[in-house]
Amino acid sequence: MELKEIKPDLVHDVTGTYCPVPIVELSNQIKKMREGQIIELVADDPGSVKDVPAWCKSTGQEFLGYYEEDGEYHFFVRKVK
Amino acid sequence: MSKRKALVLLSGGLDSSLAVKLLQEQGIEVKALHFYTGFCVTEFKRRLGQTKEDGTPYENPALKAAAQLQVPIEIVDISKDYYKVVLNPKFGYGKNVNPCVDCRIMMLRKAKEIMEKEGYDFIATGEVLYQRPMSQTPERLKLIEKEAGLEGLILRPLSAKLLPPTVPEKEGWVDRSKLLGIKGRSRKVQMALAKKYGLEYEQPAGGCCYLTDETYAARFKEAYATEGTITPDDLTLFAVGRHLRLPSGAKLIVARNEGEVNFLKGFTSRYGFARRVDGKGTLALIKGKPAEEELQLIADIVARYSKREPSKVLIKVGDKEHLLEGKPVSDELIEPMKIYAKKEVGSGA
Repeated sequence: MELKEIKPDLVHDVTGTYCPVPIVELSNQIKKMREGQIIELVADDPGSVKDVPAWCKSTGQEFLGYYEEDGEYHFFVRKVK
Repeated sequence: MSKRKALVLLSGGLDSSLAVKLLQEQGIEVKALHFYTGFCVTEFKRRLGQTKEDGTPYENPALKAAAQLQVPIEIVDISKDYYKVVLNPKFGYGKNVNPCVDCRIMMLRKAKEIMEKEGYDFIATGEVLYQRPMSQTPERLKLIEKEAGLEGLILRPLSAKLLPPTVPEKEGWVDRSKLLGIKGRSRKVQMALAKKYGLEYEQPAGGCCYLTDETYAARFKEAYATEGTITPDDLTLFAVGRHLRLPSGAKLIVARNEGEVNFLKGFTSRYGFARRVDGKGTLALIKGKPAEEELQLIADIVARYSKREPSKVLIKVGDKEHLLEGKPVSDELIEPMKIYAKKEVGSGA
């Protein structure tokens, strides 16, 4: 499925913040979600491209991918546990 | 027996990664905690748009390490309370303005909360005895434990054999004989272990906290002596640009590159500033109220740091705007105003 076709359960904008704040925010939002739900995280820290997949890998959440548009990165993560 | 669980304080450096590895080898279930203090070098470099030599962004070493070690990681945000510790540390500063002892206590207290809430058995760190003179002597380690309310519950797998047995060792949750007895600054043993485990790590290790930076400390101390207070903005600005104290006591913070110009722009709604009318070159933030006769000097400094050529400079202080012809000032005149870690004359350093 194309990322842009995903309808996230939650969109969270962290633009203007830098490592590790976007991850702190992502983690906090995921804690509030139910298993199976999808979050779209919008960030403009280019380093997030490495941080978000690394965080997902270490915590066992499912990283669905990201796309870049106008200097913003849109990450899609499914809560697995 | 059910699996024992430990929280490991993970900076992302080699030592804390090895602490995780040593516990994993003994069948301990590990979760990593990484603390966000607000004084993180990686965050700053990224905010200023700096990249590594190959053009890629600086990575968060803890996230990278956790992914590599395959342990879940939680980033604990202590930045809101942290700056109070920086301004008023109970146990004083290290060589610069790093309140390492207070910082450890704060992190460990937070770790204790998480341990109790989430049912972990003990805490482990990558601390190595005598590696850092301020916080890693046996006395300091003991003091830190006591202050954090964690006596006997902090295991340091890299130096365990040189320290009194902890609860996890006495209870047989971990085998003390399989832990290490490293001490001092040498990193030979750790590097050999990294090779054995196939761990990639950042070299040089650590260095994630800019409170240990000499120039940062010089600015902190100078501001405290001159202005009598330190604001949260100051704590951020000490890490950016060139800092110049004018004779009136006002201060200029002069951007060194485009990233810093963009960063300082974020402060222009609440500080005075000066820059070329055509927008080229640097941006200088003005803290405090410069004397009327200093405005020309400010224009000249802006001209010096904006392509070193005469130019029209706009200075805004409070509600007032001034347009002046800036003529590049000489470096000899600027030098005594600069605030950084100056080496003593004749020290040979």
